[in-house]
Formats: sequence, C-alpha cells, structure tokens
Amino acid sequence: MNPTPWLSLSIWIPILFGAVVLAFSDRHAALVRWIALIGSLLGLAVTLPLYTGFDTQTSAMQFVELSPWIPRFNINYHLGVDGISLLFVLLNSFITVLVVLAGWESITKRVAQYMAAFLIMSGVLNGVFSSLDAMLFYVFFEASLIPMYLIIGVWGGPNRVYAAVKFFLYTLFGSLLMLVALLYLFDKSGGSFAILDWHKLPLAMTPQILLFVAFFFAFAVKVPMWPVHTWLPDAHVEAPTGGSAVLAAILLKLGAYGFIRFSLPILPDASHALSGFMITLSLIAVVYIGLVALVQTDMKKLIAYSSIAHMGFVTLGFFIFNAYGMEGALVQMVSHGFVSAAMFLCVGVMYDRMHSRQIADYGGVVNTMPKFASLMMLFAMANCGLPATSGFVGEFMVIMGALKHSFWIGFLAATTLIFGAAYTLWMYKRVIFGAVANDHVAKLKDIGAREFLVLALLAIAVLGMGLYPLPFTEVMHASVNGLLQHLAVSKL
Amino acid sequence: MNFTMPNLLPAYPEIFLLIMVSVILVLDLFLPQALRYVTYALTQLTLLGCAVLTLDVAVLTQGDVTYTFNHMFVADMMGHALKLGAYIAVFTTLVYSRAYLGARGMWKGEFFALVLFALMGMLVMISANHFLTLYLGLELLSLSLYALVALDRDSARATEAAMKYFVLGALASGLLLYGMSMIYGATGSLNISEVAHTLANGHPDKVVLTFGLVFLVSGMAFKLGVVPFHMWIPDVYDGAPTAITLIIGSAPKLAAFAMAMRLLVMGLLDLAVDWQQMLVILAVLSMAVGNLAAIAQTNIKRMLAYSTISHMGFMLLGLLAGVVNGNWLNAADAYSAAMFYVVVYVLTTLGTFGMILLLSRAGFEAENLDDFKGLNARNPWYAFLMLLLMFSLAGVPPTVGFYAKLSVLQPLLAAGMTWLAVVAVMFSLIGAFYYLRIVKLMYFDEPIDTAPIEPSLDMSVLISINGLAVLALGIMPQSLMALCYFSIKAL
Repeated sequence: MNPTPWLSLSIWIPILFGAVVLAFSDRHAALVRWIALIGSLLGLAVTLPLYTGFDTQTSAMQFVELSPWIPRFNINYHLGVDGISLLFVLLNSFITVLVVLAGWESITKRVAQYMAAFLIMSGVLNGVFSSLDAMLFYVFFEASLIPMYLIIGVWGGPNRVYAAVKFFLYTLFGSLLMLVALLYLFDKSGGSFAILDWHKLPLAMTPQILLFVAFFFAFAVKVPMWPVHTWLPDAHVEAPTGGSAVLAAILLKLGAYGFIRFSLPILPDASHALSGFMITLSLIAVVYIGLVALVQTDMKKLIAYSSIAHMGFVTLGFFIFNAYGMEGALVQMVSHGFVSAAMFLCVGVMYDRMHSRQIADYGGVVNTMPKFASLMMLFAMANCGLPATSGFVGEFMVIMGALKHSFWIGFLAATTLIFGAAYTLWMYKRVIFGAVANDHVAKLKDIGAREFLVLALLAIAVLGMGLYPLPFTEVMHASVNGLLQHLAVSKL
Repeated sequence: MNFTMPNLLPAYPEIFLLIMVSVILVLDLFLPQALRYVTYALTQLTLLGCAVLTLDVAVLTQGDVTYTFNHMFVADMMGHALKLGAYIAVFTTLVYSRAYLGARGMWKGEFFALVLFALMGMLVMISANHFLTLYLGLELLSLSLYALVALDRDSARATEAAMKYFVLGALASGLLLYGMSMIYGATGSLNISEVAHTLANGHPDKVVLTFGLVFLVSGMAFKLGVVPFHMWIPDVYDGAPTAITLIIGSAPKLAAFAMAMRLLVMGLLDLAVDWQQMLVILAVLSMAVGNLAAIAQTNIKRMLAYSTISHMGFMLLGLLAGVVNGNWLNAADAYSAAMFYVVVYVLTTLGTFGMILLLSRAGFEAENLDDFKGLNARNPWYAFLMLLLMFSLAGVPPTVGFYAKLSVLQPLLAAGMTWLAVVAVMFSLIGAFYYLRIVKLMYFDEPIDTAPIEPSLDMSVLISINGLAVLALGIMPQSLMALCYFSIKAL
C-alpha cells in the first residue's frame, strides 16, 4: 500500500474546500465562514504528520510523490519536502486558519469569494513549497497571483486597482523571465524539469550568470529586494487585513525560497560571483529601507517597509554562505511569517474599529484596549528583535554569520537592531501610549474572544520560537548542511 | 481516354457536406421563419455527420497519409484533427449565435448556407495538396465570409467592414496567386509534394523562388492577420455583427494554420532558412503592434482583434523554430506546438466572443469594455468563466493558455533563439495588462448595466463547458498536446 500522500492532501484539501465555498451565495455567509474554517483546519491537520513523520537526519527529500503529469514535456507531478520547505508548508497552513478567523466579521461583502480565494491560495502556496518539478513549481507560483490579485482588487482600499495591477504585472515580469530560464535549463538538461537533476547539472559561467539574472528578477521582485520593492508598500496598504498578512507571511517567502531552491544550488558559481552584489542590495534594504520605515505616517506602510528590511536580512543570510547565515535566514523567514502576520492583524484590529491606518489618528489606545495593547507589545518587540522572541533568533544568527564573513557587513546588518527598534517602538508609542487622543479612541472596545484567539496563537508561536527554537532549527540542520556542501563544489 | 474513378474515401466529409448544404439551401426556401429551427437542427446534424465521417476516414485509412484526386487532395492526421476542431468551433459558434442573430433578424437560411460553405472552404484548405486546391478552398471560405459580414445589409458599419474585408482580401488572394505562379515557374509544378521534391532534388532558379516566396508569405500573412498585413482585422472584427466576428475569428484560424503548414512546411521546407527569417519579422511586429495597440482600445471587439494579431504572431514563433541549421530534429516539436497554440487560441476565442454574445441582447450590443463592469456582482459564474478565459489569453497558469505559450517557447529555446523567447514573453507581459483590465472591470468595479443575464439553456451549458475546458485542459493538457504532436508527427 502506498503511504498517505500528505503533501497532496495539504495542497488539494484547501483548494477543494475553496471550490465548495464558491458555490454558496452571500445569503449563507455564516455557513460559508464555518466551512472555510473547517477547510483551513483540515488543511492544517494534514500538514502535522509531515512534521511528526519527518526524519531530521537526512537532507534528502521526504514524503515524495511522483507521477507523470505531462509526458509530452516530461513534466511530472513531483512533490516532496526537505528541512527547508517543510516549515513553510506548516507556516502557510497555520496562517490560513488565522486569516479565515481574522476575516470572520470584518468581511461582509462577497464572503464566499473571499474565503475561497484564501483557501485556494493556501493550497496553491503549499504546492509551490513542495514542488520538485520546475514546471509544477512555476504553475503554482503563477497561479498564486490570481487569488491575490482578486483579494487586493475586490476587498482592498481606495487605491486598490492600482495596487492590484502593479502587484500582478511586477511579479509577472519576473516570473516570465524565469520561465525562459526554466525552458533553457530543460533544454540543457536533455529534457528534464526535475529540480534535483538540475542541481547536478554542470553549467558554464556565462549561462550561469544569465540564468542567475533571470531568476533574480523573478525572486527579487517577490522577496522584494531593493530596488524592485516598490509594489509592496502599495499592495500592503491597499490589501485587506488578511491579504496583507498572507502577503507578508507567505508570499514574500516565495522569493527567498526560490533563491534557495533554484539560484543557489543550480547556479553555485554565479551565486558566489554575484554574492557581493546580492549582499549590497540586502544591506541597502536593511539600512535604507529601515530609515524609510522610520518616516512613515501610515501604519501598514511602516510594517510593509519593515518587512522589506527584514527580508533583506534573509537574502543577506543566504549569500554569505555559512551555516549561521543560512539557518538564521530560514529562521528569520519563519519568524517574520509569524510577526508580520501578527503586526498586520493588529493594524487590522484597529482599522476595523477606526477605519484609519494613520498613526496620527491614534494615541492612548492602551487606555481603552489594554488586552490588545499588551499583545501588540509582544509583536512589536519581536519585530525589533528582542531576545526571547522569535525575531531575535534569526537576526542574531544572521549577524553572527555576517560577522564571520566580514566585520563591516556584520556591523551594517546589526544596525537593524537600532532602526528596527526605532521605527517599531516609536510607532507603538505614538499609537498605544500617551493620553487618549480623541473621542474615537475613547470609544474603542477591547478585542473580543475571536480576535484574542488569533493574536494569542501567534503570540504563543512567537514566544515559543524565541525561547526554544530547537524544534525549528533541528528540522533544517541536515538540509542546510547538505545545501552548503553542495554550494562549496564548483560546477564549472 | 482512360477515366478511372478516384478514391473518394478521403473526401467523404467534404462530399457529405456539399450534399447537405445543397439540401439545406433548397429545403430552407420552403420553410417559414417559425420553422427555421429545422434548418438550424439540420445544420448541426450535418456537422455531426461530418465529424463521424472524418473519424471514419481516419479509422479506415488508419491515420496514414492518403492522396486522391491526382494527388490534389490529401487526408492525414493533421487534417483530421484540424477538421474536427473546425466542426466543434462552428457547432459552438452556431449555438452562441442563435439568440443574438434571432434578435437582429439575421436568423435566416442564407446564414446557415454561408456558414456551411465557409466550413467547406476550410475543409478543402485543410486537405489541399495542390496550390489550386488550396486557393479554391481559400476563396470559397473568403467569399462566404465577405457575404456573412454584410449579412446585416442595412447596417452601414457592417457593409463598410465587408467592403474593406473584400478589397483587402482580394488583394491578398492576388498576392498569394502571384506567389504560387512564381513558384510554378521555378519548379514546374503546382502540386505541393512535387514542389517539395523538385526543391530537394532539382536546381530551381533561386531568385524566382525567393521572389515567389515573398508573395506567398505576404498573402498568407494577410489571411492570418499578422503585422504589417493586419489592417483589416480590427475594422472587420469591430464592424461585423459579433456572431459573425466569432465565425471569422475562430475556425478559419485553424484553416489558416493548415495553409501555412501545407505551403511552407510541406511544400517549401527547403526554403526554410528564407521564410523563417520573414516569419521572425512578422512575429515580432505582430506581438508588438498587437499588444501595444490593444491597450488603447475601449471597444472589446477591437481589443480582441488586436489580441488576435498578437496571438497569431506568437503562433508564428512555433512555425519558425522548426528547422535549425538545416536540421529537422526540432520540427515535430515546433509545428505541433504551433498547432496546439492555434487550437487553444480558437477554444479561448470561442468562449470570449461567446461571452460578448451572452451579454448582448435585443437592441443592445455589449461591445464596450465598460459593459463588463461589475459582472461579478451581476452573475458570479459568468464572471468566473470570463476570468478563466482572460487568464488563458494572458497565458497565466493553471489555464491552458499557459501551456500553449510554454509549448511554443520550448522549441524556440531548443532552436537557440533565446532572444526571441525573451521578446515574446515581454510582449506577453504587456498583453497581460489589458486582459487584467477586463478582470478588473468585472471584479473591482460596480455594474453600470443591471439588466439580468438570461441566456438560453444550451448556450449557458456550452459556454460553461467552454470556460471550464480552458481550466481543465490547463490542469490536464497532456491529451491535447499529444494529439497535436501525433498529428504533426504523422506527416
């Protein structure tokens, strides 16, 4: 008997539930919400065996499923996870549950389509993280654009159309270049789309560099790295709360994941040759975008810029080529998934009540919403990397790695501890502390049980990961070491 | 004089079709308007019969290449597949057009006769193995289409479109004929197989040949509607009644593809170096002009007309990647990719124009982009179908349009034309913008028009199948891809 296809289930259960939900009209909004919740919980449940059954000793792919899909092009339905991708499948399924809960009351327009979009996207994103066939990866990668485009455009803010189209075209630009690169590799490898075969494919320097550039556009736009980050603040600001949370927590990870699955192992020599370039862009993201975040007046924009800065840490960790950096970057990715989602959900909580994201409209929220203020405090601390929160672990590891690589790179990276603290805490202070700023704030009601549940779950994750990161890091050890060994060997 | 009866088997579908058109034409004279559905039913039955006969021929000839009528007519797998595609396209067109034409007083016997004659022309083109047969089929198709465009004779716009179409189409036919005569001069034959044979083994006059080739390619480019021979497309698409636009924009593309295959690949493959270069220019220009001009359109029919131009340009990429440095290894991949592209394009176009017909009603033409505003609020299901169709045209997975692009790009890269692939994807990116705009109008905007959408059951079912097919083939593209590959491989 075949083993249970947990990966397929984690992809198709949410998509199936999404399709079911679509069949309902808005008259059954309550029912739709429950079905969506059940779907997302089931989707999460089927990912748990992936963790419990995971063998941490090997860097090989696990839970592999392989069957032919399009034999004409030798494209296979090839799934599998290693220590790198496993965590993102779990993270994604977890965040989906929270997002469904977070949109429970605040979404009243086209509830069924909203829930369906998130469920379908959840399945598609699991597909991206578990594809071992490049074309399957590409299909999922692109398909994730459609629900997000609709989420921003239908349920977004006043400037949603601009943001949605910009989001779509930016990402499509990058991924189309990647498509050409994938087809080139298909041709070079003698007709195979298997990513793992490509890892072993010898390539000369010039094609490596060109392919690196093509992949760079696809993934740098997604991360996003400076200077192709400009779609992100627009998309974040206009997207509904759930959209922002998924965008920051999961979609941004696609870019970083792409680097680690494609660019680094397939093009090790180009990666080494261009590491200076990548490190520079990453540091610009950390320092310059950190400063940009400081002057934002819109909370969502501020968190969006802080996301870019944090993702700069991730790409920095990848391109300094040591175990600290690589693992730190991965931890940072997971941690950022929790923290950024939490921050956006916090802003969503306030936005639902005040319909404003401007920092200036708030002040003294702690007086009316104490429970909320204390939870948000935790997330703000995690966002600036306070020890004992998840934010600290990743940043610390990356800084350690960077210091090993070069003092000045480590030094510049470490400035994030200052800038991060500055913009996050300053915003927190202006919004939460102080005297009650106006009547609207005075009338605020503290968070209800549902909102508390959502934020508390995230708080547990953030604290748990900060205090005891071993369950996260031990999963990735073998895979990261395997990758680093692979990277040390030239393909020329 | 000796007269032997030619083998009629390969031409059974055409013969049956001709008989049926004659029957329908005569029978319809005796039918009052109230009984017009008899004509309609007979027409659809004819299509069904043709499909059965085509399958029959394919089985009886065991898929082998079979010539008849002195090698003027050929039946092969590519022909069978394209013919079946044409039947399905015409069948779907008729279902979609019924309500639209009925509301506009064009639901008449002539319509059916002309459509079937056009189909006849396509079939002859698809099966032509001789320049004259090909030309005959092309003219039968074109003349029927000119008349169809002018079917609404009181409409100044349609009449103008028909005139333009006729004048430019006649010019193109002239170019094509001239090219054929040149090639006849150089090779001494009008038979496509013989031309190919002479080119491979003889020493024909290269200058005359190339001269002829230029005219041939120009004439073909006219019929395909690629830049710089595209001028008629937007005007005709826009001016013709939408149902007729659907007829022009769907099945004839299959025939045009067959024409390109018969002329260039089967006849003039030895000149591939020359015509491939011409196609590169045509393809790049078409993708550029088509995609850029489409952005500026506010009329959806014009927009789709420019989109057609860009898609035909993309399809040419498949045709021009077949032969690399005299090496034919890539040929089956490339040509089957082009065929797959055309089939997918026709499928998607049927749905898209079907959707325009669906939104139109008596006294109202849904032809502006704004008519799609808020479709999601009016009817989520049709909005969803249109969403699938638009993403398919834009080439976004998991719709089948993506695989069409993929299968064309793959041989292009295998042929070492990476730059062309990059150009192609960049123009696709520009193209994505205006398809996205339709999705935006449907989903993000509030409706202007709030009339209920009440299509007939058959249309509603068929358009749902059509839209879902775009998704289903996107998830499982193998069967159609394999069919195209098999058809081309068997040549």
